[in-house]
Amino acid sequence: MWLLEIVDLSASIGNKQVLKNFNLKIGSGETHALFGPNGTGKTTLLNVIAGIPRYKVDGGRIVFKGKDITNMSMDERARLGIGMAFQRPPAIRGLRLKDLIRIINPKADVLAILNKMDFAAFAERDVNRGFSGGEVKRSEMVQLLAQQPDFVMLDEPDSGVDLENIKLIGDAINSLTQKDRRPSSRTKSGIIITHFGHILEYMKADRAHVMLGGSIVCSGNPSEILAQIKRNGYEGCAGCMCQT
Amino acid sequence: MHVSDIEEKARRAREKRALYGTDVDLQSYESDAKPQNIVEKAEELPGIVKKAALDVGVKLDAESSGAYVQMDQTPVVAKSLYEGVEIMDIASALKKYDYLQDYWWKLVAPDADKYTADVATSPPAGYFIRAKSGMKTVFPVKSCLYLGSTNLNQRVHNVIVAEEGSELHVITGCTTPAHVQRGLHIGVSEFFIQKNARVSFTMVHSWGKEVEVRPRTGIAIAEGGSLSNNYILLRPVKTIQTFPSATLAGRGAVASFNTVVYSTMGNIDIGSNVILDAPETSAESISRVVSVGGEVIARGRMTGRVPGARAHLECVGLLLSDKGRIYSIPELDGQSRDLDMSHEAAVGRISEEELEYLMARGLTSEEATSVIVRGFLDVEIKGLPEDLKQEIKNITQREDLKGS
Repeated sequence: MWLLEIVDLSASIGNKQVLKNFNLKIGSGETHALFGPNGTGKTTLLNVIAGIPRYKVDGGRIVFKGKDITNMSMDERARLGIGMAFQRPPAIRGLRLKDLIRIINPKADVLAILNKMDFAAFAERDVNRGFSGGEVKRSEMVQLLAQQPDFVMLDEPDSGVDLENIKLIGDAINSLTQKDRRPSSRTKSGIIITHFGHILEYMKADRAHVMLGGSIVCSGNPSEILAQIKRNGYEGCAGCMCQT
Repeated sequence: MHVSDIEEKARRAREKRALYGTDVDLQSYESDAKPQNIVEKAEELPGIVKKAALDVGVKLDAESSGAYVQMDQTPVVAKSLYEGVEIMDIASALKKYDYLQDYWWKLVAPDADKYTADVATSPPAGYFIRAKSGMKTVFPVKSCLYLGSTNLNQRVHNVIVAEEGSELHVITGCTTPAHVQRGLHIGVSEFFIQKNARVSFTMVHSWGKEVEVRPRTGIAIAEGGSLSNNYILLRPVKTIQTFPSATLAGRGAVASFNTVVYSTMGNIDIGSNVILDAPETSAESISRVVSVGGEVIARGRMTGRVPGARAHLECVGLLLSDKGRIYSIPELDGQSRDLDMSHEAAVGRISEEELEYLMARGLTSEEATSVIVRGFLDVEIKGLPEDLKQEIKNITQREDLKGS
């Protein structure tokens, strides 16, 4: 059974159609990478799966754990097991990071999670307030480690992160997607947007897709696809006839 | 000013309406209060009073440098627990110290309006707190002004003198028990912060739905002195109008005003007025208002009179209901060259982006709203002892402060 199944999905923001008859299937225990130039709809896809109300679904459906979630509210989706690391999350004044962790998961071991991301010094800070680009990414990972979603969406978790911390982020993603377990015992899945693929040196992705103009034009092995993009650019992918 | 002059002036102002706020019919309230029993120490107070005090952040049994409790018009406790601080009821203090005449009605005019006039023509009740020269303590003086009789006009006149080099922290809770349906509280306060003295004054209000409140506060800060003034109103009230005024009279004097309001009903007209009247003075005023109903007028006025004065005003409001109104009025009045004065004001709703962010973590829309509202009310206050900071946090982070 697929954990996530997206069927003929079309979505728009304002009057602009961004996703066009988009199809994607992600199985239990699989992690997929999503490549594509700016403005091609990658972030929109994640936001639509998360259920952000600004995005309008014009057609098609999203099925998660066998349930049609196309019209479900954001928080219901989150409680069903969908989690997201935002690309540019807002700061929340007066809400301490450690308190948010407890709100997300009252049973979470706050200190262990913070230590895992080398982030204990930020426990008392307001969420994302005055954080650097790299600190924001670690804050996102800390929250997801507390949430423990079954399906995690990562929107450029490596942008702005220095080399020292990129490994920490990679480890956290591997832990969230259970890459530290035997393949047959993995149940958690993920999708990651990355521009340069650096993060893929530190985490394991099972499959990759290239998005152009609101749909997937090419799918396959992550390192092969990345090598092809580096060689021929995204234009090369447009002409690629490989099956999605 | 001679006592008879004060009364004479006040008498002429008996009908004088206040500049701001709705008009209160003083005649509709009782003037005479039944005397209450005086107790030896705060622990002996009736349970209902102790409980009401606790609700406004005044833990009467915790460590403090003294306590003052007034029930209706009777000062029932006035006791110092630290040699550096003197606490008396004001009527006794006026008898004991002739020099108090030099402080009496000096920062608030008896004829400012009908409310000051009403207090000036009535027998004085209130506290006198004096931090002795050079004496410092982080343990706060705890005071509670308790309006326990329905329909009473409670009048209070307080004087605080922080002598040279002293450090004083005061928390005052003003409250009514649930059974008091209607009442009026008029509080005149005059604070004298002398050279290099540091004072924090925290006031928590919790009134009834039919209670009207008119505090009148004047503050003078001498060279090197500082004041952190914190006002918290989170419970329903019929009307409040207050506009405390501080004059930074000596070089390097500093004042900071923090106001936190959660409005559900009524007419709340609050603010602060700071006059920067000496070189190197600075002032900051931060107000955070959440309205789920009722009208809130948040005023802030800073007047810079000498070169080098620095002032910043921040009035931010979250309006969460069509039944509410937030009217933010920041005013800067520059009267000299080389001033640095600024303000920011914003009234709006909760950011969609913040809501969505928390909902993506599994919080319902209502839970996310409450978390954001409580965060918004969590003002960072500098210059307060840890205990008081914690107390304010406990009050502003109550679960029942929501978005609707």
